[in-house]
Amino acid sequence: MLKINNLNVFYGGIHALKGINIDVEEGKIISLIGANGAGKTTTLGTIMGLVKPSEGTIYYEGEPIINRRTKDIVKKGIVLAPEGRRIFPNLTVEENLILGAYVRENKEAIKKDMQWVYSLFPRLKERMWQKGGTMSGGEQQMLAVGRALMTKPKILMLDEPSLGLAPLIVKDIFEIIKQIHKEGVTILLIEQNAKAALQIADYGYVLETGKVVLEGKGMELLNNEEVQKAYLGEAQ
Amino acid sequence: MMSFQTFMQHLVNGISLGSLYALIAIGYTMVYGILRLINFAHGDIFMLGTYFAFYAMTSFMLPWWAAFVIAIVLTCVFGMIIERTAYRPLRNSPKISVMISAIGVSFLIENLAIVLFGGRPKAFPIPPLFGNIINIGGVRIANIVFIIPVITIISLAILLYIINKTKIGMAMRAVSKDYQASMLMGIDVNHVISVTFGIGSVLAAIGGIMWAMRYPQLMPLMGIMPGLKCFIAAVVGGIGNIKGAVIGGFILGLSEILIVAFLPELSGYRDAFAFVFLILILLFMPGGLMGENIKEKV
Repeated sequence: MLKINNLNVFYGGIHALKGINIDVEEGKIISLIGANGAGKTTTLGTIMGLVKPSEGTIYYEGEPIINRRTKDIVKKGIVLAPEGRRIFPNLTVEENLILGAYVRENKEAIKKDMQWVYSLFPRLKERMWQKGGTMSGGEQQMLAVGRALMTKPKILMLDEPSLGLAPLIVKDIFEIIKQIHKEGVTILLIEQNAKAALQIADYGYVLETGKVVLEGKGMELLNNEEVQKAYLGEAQ
Repeated sequence: MMSFQTFMQHLVNGISLGSLYALIAIGYTMVYGILRLINFAHGDIFMLGTYFAFYAMTSFMLPWWAAFVIAIVLTCVFGMIIERTAYRPLRNSPKISVMISAIGVSFLIENLAIVLFGGRPKAFPIPPLFGNIINIGGVRIANIVFIIPVITIISLAILLYIINKTKIGMAMRAVSKDYQASMLMGIDVNHVISVTFGIGSVLAAIGGIMWAMRYPQLMPLMGIMPGLKCFIAAVVGGIGNIKGAVIGGFILGLSEILIVAFLPELSGYRDAFAFVFLILILLFMPGGLMGENIKEKV
């Protein structure tokens, strides 16, 4: 569905991505794990057209999407819920969700998806008139995911959805990710919380300083000795 | 002690001037809110609005309402062209470059206006509907003085509707907080910025045309002083905040008229009050009356 080939990105003078290959199959959950600075966020930014690669290709449903405008990529059905949530703090929950559907025209379908998002996150419905910035971190993360779903994505990319959240809320968020996946959305997940990310993943990639150093089925990676040492800690 | 009639006359004049300042100040504050840029050319856009209306009426002999509509549309387009040619190419440059570009655009428009329109003042033909003088309880005032606040309120209501209720308004608020997150939602940030300049320029044109009917002398440099004062009004109110710009505009307009009315010996300093205000606000309330805490220097 989404095929990344030999992707190279330079940030200033830094070679941030050094020939990355990633394959996102339709209907799967794919996880990218790795430490800070490994290139995870850069990878997603490049897919969204925010970062221009110096080399390599990205194909989505057989069509190259490099050098396309972000707006067109969103229209095609790829969306990113960015790191740090980045909801619009000065807009109400409802307005945040309406903006998620900015590129869409069909009002009926938008309304239906709004109900769908509210059913996934009843919390958001309770707070629909509240300003986004006044909510807790967990609620803001729900809003960020809900807002992304309002674009009606085929691929939902999540950048560190568990960042800064209490363990119980992280569990909720991962439950919801699974549910969204069940409803037919392909998921590309970036996480530092490697254990949680690999547990729900069909397939995973381990990134290190701009390179894919390991890949495999989620469970295989989870049981891989090197991954355990490097990302899951001794205590796991 | 001045008579009640005289006081009312000054008060009405003050409200009228305040309305004009408010309309123009909104343009500064909207552009600042979204681009963090002081659009120094805004006063000149205001000036262009008056000249467009002047030429539409005198050279093209259009009826006043058609002339006003055309002037507003042309000014709107002009504002968007300025954004596209002078600011958009610098979107990823340091802010100081954009600011210098803004000052350059301002000088360019002023000097082009001198060349094209001539440096000599032109008399704005005031349609009788606006120019007629009415007498209310001994207060003699031109219609336009009453019309200005009414038009201002209508314009504000439409503006607030656009910003709070429409999709493009929501997008404007979103872009003003977070460019990248807006892009990720598929919002065309350049388009939103363009619309912002268009709206600001429309308000400047409305303000300019009404200004010309109140002070019917057109000059290529006529935008400088109102531009500066309205910028100050926006800062006084808290730059980036639309309600603040309106309040700042009214405070400046009213106090300018009333201070001169009560202390006629100060009338030579009329233009200086705004700057005294600016200094006081910057000293004691740097964020402005309704501003957010400003964390960055511009």
